[in-house]
Amino acid sequence: MPDVQPLVREFVLKLKRRKVEGSHAVARQTAELLRSVVSQHRMGSTNQAAALADAIRGVGEQLIAANPIELAVGNIVRRVLHIIKEEDISSTAVGIEGLSVTAESDDEYDSENDDHPTLSAAVLAAHARNALRAPSLQTLLEDIPVSTALSRSASSAGDSDGKSGDKSSKSRKLKHDVIAAIGDLIDEIDTCYDQISEQAVEHIHQNEVILTLGRSRTVKEFLYAAKEKKRSFRVFVAEGAPRYQGHVLAKELVEKGVQTTVITDSAVFAMISRVNMVIVGAHAIMANGGVIAPVGMNMVALAAQRHAVPFVVVAGSHKLCPLYPHNPEVLLNELKSPSDLLDFGEFSNCMNFSTQDGTPLLNVVNPTFDYVPPKLVSLFITDTGGHSPSYMYRLIAEYYSADDLVVKRSTTNYS
Amino acid sequence: MDLRRPPRSSSGGVEPKIRQVGFVTPDVSSEPPAPAVPAAAAAAAQPAASSAGSPPASDLSPGSLSPVMIPPPRHADHLAPGSPSPAASASELGDDESWSRAPSAAELEANKGDLAEIRNDNVSASIPQKQKTSKAERRAIQEAQRAAKAAAKETGLSGKSAGTVSGANPAMSKQAKSSKASQKKDVPQAASTAASEKKVTERPPERDRKKDAPHPRMQFDDVHRVEKAKKRAIVNQSEARNRVELFRHLPQYVHGTQLPGLESKFFQLEPMHPSVYKVGLQYLSGEVSGGNGRCIAMLLAFKEAIKDYSTPPKKNLSRDLTAKISSYVSFLIECRPLSISMGNAIRFLKNRIAKLPLTLSESEAKSSLQSDIDRFINEKIVVADKVIVSHAITKVRDNDVLLTYGSSSVVEMILDHAHELGRKFRVIVVDSRPKLEGQGLLRRLVEKGINCTYTHINAISYIMHEVTRVFLGASSILSNGTVYSRVGTASVAMVAHAFGIPVLVCCEAYKFHERVQLDSICANELGDPDIILKVPGKADLGHLKNMADNENLQLLNLTYDATPSDYVSMIITDYGMVKYLAPLIAVFYLSYLGIFI
Repeated sequence: MPDVQPLVREFVLKLKRRKVEGSHAVARQTAELLRSVVSQHRMGSTNQAAALADAIRGVGEQLIAANPIELAVGNIVRRVLHIIKEEDISSTAVGIEGLSVTAESDDEYDSENDDHPTLSAAVLAAHARNALRAPSLQTLLEDIPVSTALSRSASSAGDSDGKSGDKSSKSRKLKHDVIAAIGDLIDEIDTCYDQISEQAVEHIHQNEVILTLGRSRTVKEFLYAAKEKKRSFRVFVAEGAPRYQGHVLAKELVEKGVQTTVITDSAVFAMISRVNMVIVGAHAIMANGGVIAPVGMNMVALAAQRHAVPFVVVAGSHKLCPLYPHNPEVLLNELKSPSDLLDFGEFSNCMNFSTQDGTPLLNVVNPTFDYVPPKLVSLFITDTGGHSPSYMYRLIAEYYSADDLVVKRSTTNYS
Repeated sequence: MDLRRPPRSSSGGVEPKIRQVGFVTPDVSSEPPAPAVPAAAAAAAQPAASSAGSPPASDLSPGSLSPVMIPPPRHADHLAPGSPSPAASASELGDDESWSRAPSAAELEANKGDLAEIRNDNVSASIPQKQKTSKAERRAIQEAQRAAKAAAKETGLSGKSAGTVSGANPAMSKQAKSSKASQKKDVPQAASTAASEKKVTERPPERDRKKDAPHPRMQFDDVHRVEKAKKRAIVNQSEARNRVELFRHLPQYVHGTQLPGLESKFFQLEPMHPSVYKVGLQYLSGEVSGGNGRCIAMLLAFKEAIKDYSTPPKKNLSRDLTAKISSYVSFLIECRPLSISMGNAIRFLKNRIAKLPLTLSESEAKSSLQSDIDRFINEKIVVADKVIVSHAITKVRDNDVLLTYGSSSVVEMILDHAHELGRKFRVIVVDSRPKLEGQGLLRRLVEKGINCTYTHINAISYIMHEVTRVFLGASSILSNGTVYSRVGTASVAMVAHAFGIPVLVCCEAYKFHERVQLDSICANELGDPDIILKVPGKADLGHLKNMADNENLQLLNLTYDATPSDYVSMIITDYGMVKYLAPLIAVFYLSYLGIFI
């Protein structure tokens, strides 16, 4: 794929140099890049889905390796892989339906079979998706006859592909569907703020006092929506050292007319006794319901637990990561420059002191992220609604497939 | 000398101070003038040295039951046993360490005879008045007290307070005079003075107890009082705009304006001793900070002031000096609200002044006070710190990773001592905005060769995995075990507790206080809000620079916070290492009220 390689390389460089930061921007750019990759991909004759998936895996591996801390990259890669799988299954189902229509000649089943061709491919795809998922109440109640018919036919003609002879149309169809689905994914990433903000009125009523730390665009939109619906609330914004993004959020809120008080991070415990709700954003949500959040969030969560204040995390679904966190403070963390904390010039004389083996006496630690365990979180508000931490694994099953957890290009070649 | 404080405090704050009304045996009451005078004289002579409530029992005839607090009857006729009351009151005067006590002691010596009579009348007459004394009147007296105390210009306490107080209680003194068939109408002035003094001295114990916690609690959300205070103030304070609602009960001033104003007034401030002035400026600028540092600086300044002090003619040394000290204190409060350690030290000093034997000459008294101050600093701070270090050093083992927050003088001493002893450990210094005190501690530790790690308070969850012990300092420890200390300490203790790491709080005993506090909002100190806006080293973060005047934006700069007692594993004081502090605080706080150990 000569056309897409420079694009990939450029994006990898950007990730490595941390030129693009923030889950939203990263997710969007990753999705767009993968869409280009799919559109540039030359589809083979057999095993097209597998080949496509493999290509995506190859690119994805590079992207993830560029910035392993930026979990949104991996999330989007896995989403695309899942999309490919889904589209493949649904198009296979359609193909099978086409086959069964031509193959079947019994009169008794004619009436039944006559119904099937009228089902559009999209509906079939939707049904296929439902079949992939665990049966939900809706599917159980509404679609019993169709889905069982589909599964029957799908299983009966499992590995017959390409018999009907319109291989090229099918492959074009797969690519087209995948690209459309990725487009949907990009829309989903863009509109997550709106969907989350719609839920603001359910949670913010009158005379609320809300605490937040640092700045999250999701939280900002959430509060804007509540303000627009004329709910009365005040916000305590903790400044969020060492980036001090809290100041930016405070400015934005004040411009909208929200009563804002800026406090230092050390005052969080002191003020939280007067707070009704803590609303924060996240960098990523892990499979166990734990949250990777900007540094300082664990302190806020513990204080909220102590004072029985609900700790609400708002995050778009592109932040949902299928991985389980093992030692997240170290493995999923990034240490930034000490100059944020100590001025190099002022403390340069302290650098001169060292122990006998030459190691410096002065170390500075400046982590970027904090891990909040699921037991401290009261509620997750995502674009699909509000969920408890113990429900997050269900969402993951919806968006990702289990064999994509390790994104690695397989060594076998597909013709 | 008997610690009779508890009965009084347990009986609550606002009840009449008159005791033994119906229980005194007739032999005392039969000759009101004679025994009253010697009794009063005896009471007066048991001077400053005497203390606490036992006197009521000891002075009175055997028939009285002092611990029994009987509300006085409403009618003046039943007040035959008015005589012991003056003795009681006088002895109360004895154990009251506030400035208001001193005048009455002085009055006693001045006009003993008359006073006894008059007090007799007035007290007895005042007994019924006591019942009718309304809250408004008491508050009026309180206000007058405050006005006198906070006066920038120093005047004789008796003159001003008597004037104001008697002004406040014209009704009472008149009634006192008229109700009793007394033939002492020849000294109406003295009577009213005495009456007002009486009123004053009867009230102070409970009021001072309230006021003592932690120090004159001015109601800053009451506009009138704020206006009054402003008129008396030396330092021109302009209130900060955009005050946080939740903290309306605390003063919030614009900080930038004070220093230049004070500097320009240097030569105009006659009554202010230059060393006190210097200390005030040091507080304002933040040069001197920390409980111990501020307390020592203040006491040394007072020592200088006492050295240069000379009693004005016709004035009593202890009364006058106490008034002067009070004026210095109000100046220091205007520079920066007192810390609890400073409050305790001031109480100690006033106590010592009040307890000066009357036989001392001026120079002897001054040198006695100076040596008292030296003794206080030495015993309560310097030696206490050494004892704390010796206790705490047992808690530092090899290969320990110790975490500390901000910059505490005691914790620094512990770390230095451990390093000198050759223990192998490393230190994590946690710091926070806006004061960034940890940087100073970091520098000093690294220069001594201690292996240090530096981080900010948001990162404590990250760093806590490595920590074995947490050492924290405190500004004070309150009676319910709450640690009142630099803002952020509570968060550090909370995270350490969540990780199961022992938290050791080191605090000298003189910083204890008997009040209780549940959260950090009831009592706190508000610092300069504009510091929040300015982030040093990041000029590009001027996001909020232009928004300071927007009424939707408030900035909150807290100085202290209250750490709940369950986060603290152990408290290390000069009296030992304890987990439950309440009994210790009760005992040692009482020592400041009466006797010193």
